[in-house]
Amino acid sequence: MLEIIDVYKTFNKGTVNEKKALQGVSLKLEDGDFCTVIGGNGAGKSTMLNAIAGVWPVDEGAICIDGKDISALPEYKRAKYLGRVFQDPRMGTVADMEIVENLAIAARRGQRRGLRWGVTKAEREQYREMLAEFDLGLEERMTTKVGLLSGGQRQAITLLMATVKKPQVLLLDEHTAALDPKTAAKVLELSDKIIREHNLTALMVTHNMKDAIKHGNRLIMMNEGKIILDIRGEEKKALTVNDLLGKFEEVAGEKLENDRMLLAD
Amino acid sequence: MSGIISYFSSLNPSALFAQLPGNIAQGVIWGIMALGVFITFKLLDFADLTVDGSFATGGAVTAVLIIAGVPVWAAILISLVAGILAGLVTGLLHTLLGIPGILAGILTQIALYSINLNIMGKSNVPVSYRNYPLLISASKINLAILIGLIFAAVIIIFMYWYFGTEQGSSIRSTGSNPAMSKAQGININVTKVIALALSNGLVALAGSLCAQYQGFADINMGRGAIVIGLAAVIIGMVIGEAIFKKGMNFAVRLIFVVIGAILYYIAMGLVLWLKMPTDDTKLFTAVVVAVFLAIPYLQERKRNSFKKVAKANAKKLLIGEGGKDA
Repeated sequence: MLEIIDVYKTFNKGTVNEKKALQGVSLKLEDGDFCTVIGGNGAGKSTMLNAIAGVWPVDEGAICIDGKDISALPEYKRAKYLGRVFQDPRMGTVADMEIVENLAIAARRGQRRGLRWGVTKAEREQYREMLAEFDLGLEERMTTKVGLLSGGQRQAITLLMATVKKPQVLLLDEHTAALDPKTAAKVLELSDKIIREHNLTALMVTHNMKDAIKHGNRLIMMNEGKIILDIRGEEKKALTVNDLLGKFEEVAGEKLENDRMLLAD
Repeated sequence: MSGIISYFSSLNPSALFAQLPGNIAQGVIWGIMALGVFITFKLLDFADLTVDGSFATGGAVTAVLIIAGVPVWAAILISLVAGILAGLVTGLLHTLLGIPGILAGILTQIALYSINLNIMGKSNVPVSYRNYPLLISASKINLAILIGLIFAAVIIIFMYWYFGTEQGSSIRSTGSNPAMSKAQGININVTKVIALALSNGLVALAGSLCAQYQGFADINMGRGAIVIGLAAVIIGMVIGEAIFKKGMNFAVRLIFVVIGAILYYIAMGLVLWLKMPTDDTKLFTAVVVAVFLAIPYLQERKRNSFKKVAKANAKKLLIGEGGKDA
C-alpha cells in the first residue's frame, strides 16, 4: 500500500526560476492497484514519482509504504520498496555489464551486498526462464553487454530488473515514450502482464491517453502540481478520450492544450 | 652525416639486451600500481590523482619501517594500509564534502607531499639490500621479477574474485551508471570510497616494492605515477583488444594491464638506450599517453565525420554534373 499525504515540493525557491512542482498531492493506492497518471507537460507527474523514489527530499508531507513513513529515507534506502523504470532506456541498466549481471544486481535490491558471488548458477537458470517468457530471444544472449541491445530490449530488461525482486510499488515513468510505436506497445503489454501476474501495486506515467484508459484499474490526472481527477473501477472501464478531455475542461476550467497528449494514439 | 654515423656506432646493442630484465622488473612493479589505477580509471570512471602521493607514501613508510627494524612483510602490509587511508581521504573529500573527483585527488596528493616528508624526515631515505633484509632488489633482478609476478598474480586473482562478488559488482555498476545504482539500493558514496581505498592500497604496495627494488624512497618517486599507470592501462587495453578482438574476460584484461606496464618500461628503456636525455622521459610519457588516449576518439571521428559527408556529397555532385553533360 502506497500513501502520499499532502506533499509539497518547490524547486529553486525564492529565485526567478521558482517552480511549484507539487502543491498538496495526496494519493492512496491499495495493494494490487494499477494506477495510470496523465497530465500536460509540467503537471507534476514525474515529480510525483521522483518524490516517491526519493531523488530529493520533499518540502512538506509524508510518503508511506505499508504504513511506514519513508519520506526521510535517502534514495538508495527506499530502493528496497520500489521498482523503477525510466523514460530513457539507458538509465535503468548498466551498459558495460552483462544482461545476467544487471539482473543479479537488481535481484539484490535492498539487501546487503557482501562477498558472495555476484551471480550464482541457480540465478542464471532462473533468469533464462524469465527472459524466455519475454519472447525477445534475450535468453540466448545472457552474457551480452546490455549496451549492445536496442532501446526496447533494454527497457524490457529494466522492467524485469524492477520486478525480479517483487517491489511494494512499481514506478513506471513514461517508460515507453522513447520507443518506436511497435516496441512501445510490446513493452507496455509486457508491463501489464507482469503487473497482473504478480499482482503488483503500480503507478504508470504516460502521455498517451488511450494507454492510460486501456491499462490499469485506476486513472489520475494531474495539473499544476495537483491531482485533479481520480477515476476508478467501472467508471474507468467506460471512459473514453473525449470523456477525459471534457472532464479536464470541467475541473481545470480551461481547454487542455497539449498536442502530445491529444495526438498520441 | 658523420654525426649520424657516430651516433649509431655509439649505440651498443648488447646493452639493450642487458637492460631488458631491469625494464621488465620495473614494469612488473609498476604493473601492480597500474592495477590500482585500473580500479579507479576503468571501473569507477574516476581519474584519481591521489596515486602520485600514495605511491611515494608506500615507499616512504616501507623505507622508514625497515630501517627501524620492522620485518619486511610487516612493512609492506603497513604500506598497503597507509595507501588505503590515503584513498579513504580522497573518497571522503569527494563523497562527504562534495569536492569534484579530480580536485579531491589533487588535494590529497599535495597533502601527502608534506606527510611523506614528515614520515621520512628528509626528501630521500636510502635502504640498501646490503644493510637490510629486503624482499626484492635490483641486485637480484631475476628474483625481483619472479617475486613481482607472484605479487601481481595474487592481486589479479584477488581482483577477479572481488569484482565478481556482490560488493564488487556494485562498484562496477556505480562507475558505469550511478543513477541506476542508487535506484537499485546501492549507496554509491560507500562504493566509491571502497574503490578509492582499494586502489590506493595497491598503489602504495607497488610504491613499497619500488622503494625496495631501487634501494631508496624519494619524495618525488611518485611524480607522474598517474600518467604511467594510465599509460600501462591504455597500452594494455589497446594491445589486448587487438589480440582478443574485444573478447577479453576480466582476468585477461587485468593481465594485460601488467603487460602494458612492462611494455611501457621496455619502450622507456629503448628510448633511453637511443640516448634520449633522462630529463625528457616525462615529456615522452605524456606524448605516448596522449596519443593512445586520442586513438579511439580519432578512429571514431574518422568513421563519423562531417568532412566525410562533405567529400561524399562533392563526389555525388561531380557524378551528377557528368550525367547532365552526357
